[in-house]
Amino acid sequence: MSETIEKTELGTTENGIFYPSQVMLDLNDLKKVYPTPKGDYVVLEHLNLQIMKEEFVTIIGHSGCGKTTMLSMIAGLNPISGGNISVLGNPVKGPGPDRGVIFQSPSLMPWMTALENVLLGVNQVFPHATKAQRQDIAKYYLHKVGLDGAFGKKASELSQGMQQRVGIARAFAIKPKVLLLDEPFGMLDSLTRGELQDILIEIWNKEKITAVMITHDVDEAIFLADRVVMMTSGPRAKIGDILDIEFERPRTRKSVLEHDDYYTYRKHLIDFLEH
Amino acid sequence: MEQDITLKKEVQGLAFLKPLVNKFTPKFQKGDILSSLKKTGITILSILSFLGLWHLGSKALYNKEANYKIEKALTERGQEAADAERACIASGDSSCQPNTLPSPTQVWSSLQSLIADHKLINAKKAAFIEKMAATNAKLVAQGKDAIVYTGRASFVDIVLTSIKTVFAGFLLALLIAVPIGIIIGLSPSLRSAFNWFIQIFKPVSPVVWYLLVFMIVKTLYIGDSSDNAFVISFISVGLCAMWATLVNTAMGVSSVDKDYINVAKVLKLGTFQKVFKVILPSSLPLIFTGLRITLSVAWMVLIAIELLAQSQGLGLFVWEEFQNGANDSNAKIIVAMFVIGIIGFLLDRIMLSVQNLVSFNKNEMA
Repeated sequence: MSETIEKTELGTTENGIFYPSQVMLDLNDLKKVYPTPKGDYVVLEHLNLQIMKEEFVTIIGHSGCGKTTMLSMIAGLNPISGGNISVLGNPVKGPGPDRGVIFQSPSLMPWMTALENVLLGVNQVFPHATKAQRQDIAKYYLHKVGLDGAFGKKASELSQGMQQRVGIARAFAIKPKVLLLDEPFGMLDSLTRGELQDILIEIWNKEKITAVMITHDVDEAIFLADRVVMMTSGPRAKIGDILDIEFERPRTRKSVLEHDDYYTYRKHLIDFLEH
Repeated sequence: MEQDITLKKEVQGLAFLKPLVNKFTPKFQKGDILSSLKKTGITILSILSFLGLWHLGSKALYNKEANYKIEKALTERGQEAADAERACIASGDSSCQPNTLPSPTQVWSSLQSLIADHKLINAKKAAFIEKMAATNAKLVAQGKDAIVYTGRASFVDIVLTSIKTVFAGFLLALLIAVPIGIIIGLSPSLRSAFNWFIQIFKPVSPVVWYLLVFMIVKTLYIGDSSDNAFVISFISVGLCAMWATLVNTAMGVSSVDKDYINVAKVLKLGTFQKVFKVILPSSLPLIFTGLRITLSVAWMVLIAIELLAQSQGLGLFVWEEFQNGANDSNAKIIVAMFVIGIIGFLLDRIMLSVQNLVSFNKNEMA
């Protein structure tokens, strides 16, 4: 059988099935320090994490442990105090559209329509495409998030849930290498949250963009992720534990909830958080 | 759908027209009519009681001055003179009328006489133009300036001059304050460089601005006999009024929501795109708030500046009527006061509806 295993830089092909194994995002001995009048406050220290290509990782941890700090450092919006972050081996220097961000608040430009908001990114990333092509890309992703009838609506006229759908469309439409999600559904009610999780995972199944998502919701973390990363409480937070979620993809909420391992995973996470 | 919302917003800006708009909207409800009738009723009632109080007050002042005049005649010239004085006042003869706060009816008739005067002047102007048409055509053909009417300005002309001055001043303020505000809003170091300048010049009084502008414009116009009163007054108005826009623009530009800036950073928008697609649209509401204050300040300082600059506007009209001391001068001043107030109110409403059009606040939408 050994002759059918083929290892390349991009991953392993075993019996015709491709297993991506390339490290997409590498956090190496990452450190974040905020100077205060009483001395330095170390938020993160000795943080190491490798995220593979086409992997969906959720990050869970107590409030204030530095999850968002970590994410904004990956996004390049927050300077690194020590260690390094690299995307496909290239060190991160400032923000860029290769790392799309879905923010906690939808952060749409309220004076623009849903379509214009998505186009803002698309125009920037595909400057050589024709206007019609760019429109098509933006419309395709808005269609994917179920906003067919709302292209021309001002962002300020949309509900929170709909705004976050536009946020998802905007992030996917720029075809980033890594997608960073900072508790994107934290401000939504649980029904809307469920809908948006379904939409997110549906698009993700198609696009397979490496994703790092912060969440407070244990069920959300299990449902979406290939791996759940648990962070210790700050200061000096680091990776506490990593849980592999072995459910097959594509997943449905029902199959996940009915799976025998679901409650084992859930207990594992809750045990970690309660200690 | 979009149009619907803009329409609603416009109506919000012009809320004072709401009862009127409702009346002409076909689908009204009974409750709406009642509440709008009630609102209109209250407004009418308060206007009537204002007029009543004004009438009583002016009557009391009139009586006080009349009694003093009679008393004075009595002590100085005896009973006969006092009687004559009383008769003179009662007859309504303009030579002995007390000169005090005019009553609403006097103001009303003054307004009518001002309008009649305007019609008269217009007729004269038209006649003059007709008479000079042939001569002017010849003059123009010879390459000379045509002869224009230089008679007395009517009240309507005066009001129009004032409005023109305010708009010119407002435009000047806009053209100076918005670009500078954007530039210093974008750069913290320029902001601190400009801060002392703004802090020192913002509180300077309109009169001083006028004098400053006068010094400069007078020199620039040296040897030029044309009338520079209009130029001086609109520049002074603009300089007085621009500060609110300057400060608001700088504040709006420097305090753009961090989320929007983060989005711009993640998308790596260029400076031009960042400024025109993110920063400026997001600071538009604050810029327009500033412009609204600027326009109302401009209208307010206009009167004082026109008075000083001898520009043929409402300010000079008021002052000249006061100096004139004719029988109906006081009533004309009150007419001017109402005209100033009403125009100021309308300008503010126009700005408010523009402001609502550009704002994207969610609270307003809800």
